[in-house]
Amino acid sequence: MGEAIVITSGKGGVGKTTTTANLGTAIAMQGKKVCLIDTDIGLRNLDVILGLDNRIIYDLVDVVEGRCKPNQALVKDKRFDGLLYLLPAAQTSDKSAVNPEQMKELVDQLKQDYDYILIDCPAGIEQGYKNAVAGADRAIVVTTPERSAVRDADRIIGLLEQETHEPPVLIINRIRNHLMESGDMLDIDEVTTHLSIDLLGIVVDDDMVITASNKGEPITMNPDSKASIAYRNIAKRILGESIPLMSLSDEKPTFFQKIFKLLGKK
Amino acid sequence: MIKGTKDGFILMLNDQCGYEVLKEELIEKLSVQYKAPADGQAVKARIEAGNRFLTEEQQEEIRQIVHQQKSLLVDDIYSNVITKDEAEQRVREKEMSSMTGIVRSGQVIEVEGDFLLVGDVNPGGMIMAGGNIYILGTLRGIAHAGCYGKKEAVIVASQMLPAQIRIASKLNRAPDQDDESHEMECAYIDDRDQIVVDRLQVLRKIRPGMTKVEGGI
Repeated sequence: MGEAIVITSGKGGVGKTTTTANLGTAIAMQGKKVCLIDTDIGLRNLDVILGLDNRIIYDLVDVVEGRCKPNQALVKDKRFDGLLYLLPAAQTSDKSAVNPEQMKELVDQLKQDYDYILIDCPAGIEQGYKNAVAGADRAIVVTTPERSAVRDADRIIGLLEQETHEPPVLIINRIRNHLMESGDMLDIDEVTTHLSIDLLGIVVDDDMVITASNKGEPITMNPDSKASIAYRNIAKRILGESIPLMSLSDEKPTFFQKIFKLLGKK
Repeated sequence: MIKGTKDGFILMLNDQCGYEVLKEELIEKLSVQYKAPADGQAVKARIEAGNRFLTEEQQEEIRQIVHQQKSLLVDDIYSNVITKDEAEQRVREKEMSSMTGIVRSGQVIEVEGDFLLVGDVNPGGMIMAGGNIYILGTLRGIAHAGCYGKKEAVIVASQMLPAQIRIASKLNRAPDQDDESHEMECAYIDDRDQIVVDRLQVLRKIRPGMTKVEGGI
């Protein structure tokens, strides 16, 4: 019996879909069977980021309305030997095409066959959000270190606390180290004390994430990027390993800096 | 029975007879002549209903009768009897409700009495209380004390960094630039009818009624 995790944020554009695609990929790379569900009906794009957009035959609404079996709608990602599947959203209807009860039933059914089910939630707190949360066992809240995103995350956490039993966990995305050091961006401590939930991981802002998304290859597949390592670490934490948070500074201390540090100077 | 005091009249109503009889009696009593004071000031009257329960409509009717018969100004109507609802309401207003956790953006907590929060109020969150608000944590959202009109209500917080503070019908917002720490502070309405934020220690002087424990030192 698998576990269903919803990835949500309240605010749009903070990286829910990118996070879902990358965590899915990273968990599959750990050898677990993963199913991603895109619940952003009418504005789907998880398939684009995964590079699976031209293989879609059936979608979420077809499954819910009984036009096909869940297995027929699932798109297999060939890069991961049958470990990563996507259930795409419909592009032609809107959020009201599905209701929370149907979603719960579908997720419960999929939990039989998969270790992890990641549900990509649309922005907002309306019908689409309610659908996405309905079947989830726990939630990951994605935010960026900006006041507006943190405010919306706070609202979502308040709503989640009334729904799911486990407290949600936090991913801080798109961290820009130089802005955080100069104090122009909220720092990690500020965000976590404000939201007061556990931090699951931090991801630095990396231009390669955008390039990778455009190519349809999640950044996690590229082992050199910092964002990729961050997503892999988060995936391992989801699987229950304890991995320390990665350091933010770009350069490793030089030989002389190390010596100065030993001597107690800056 | 009518009694005169230096503040005006006290009309004591018979609480043993029926309401209709009472009205007749009242009209009769009030038709007795009396001279209005020369300075033309309206004379106040207080009505004591004894053990009689008067509904809102009946109260209004009696006010009308007294006002029409003699131009007396009805100050207040006292009765020894209140409804169960009213009694429960009064108990709730005196009660202190408490909560642990965080009041997050979009959440509104409303209580009729005092409110104790062990946790923070985040921006966009709101607390409304009929009485005082005590926050063991950081207030970053909106707090509205005395929201049914109680002007003596106060707001106390371990960290006072509110978006807005409201007490009764007054409102105040945080200054745009403020780098001070604001630990252990309280907010209240001062004698100039404005909300002020001050150190916690001043409360003892300004709101002595808040101390209910006796003895000790």
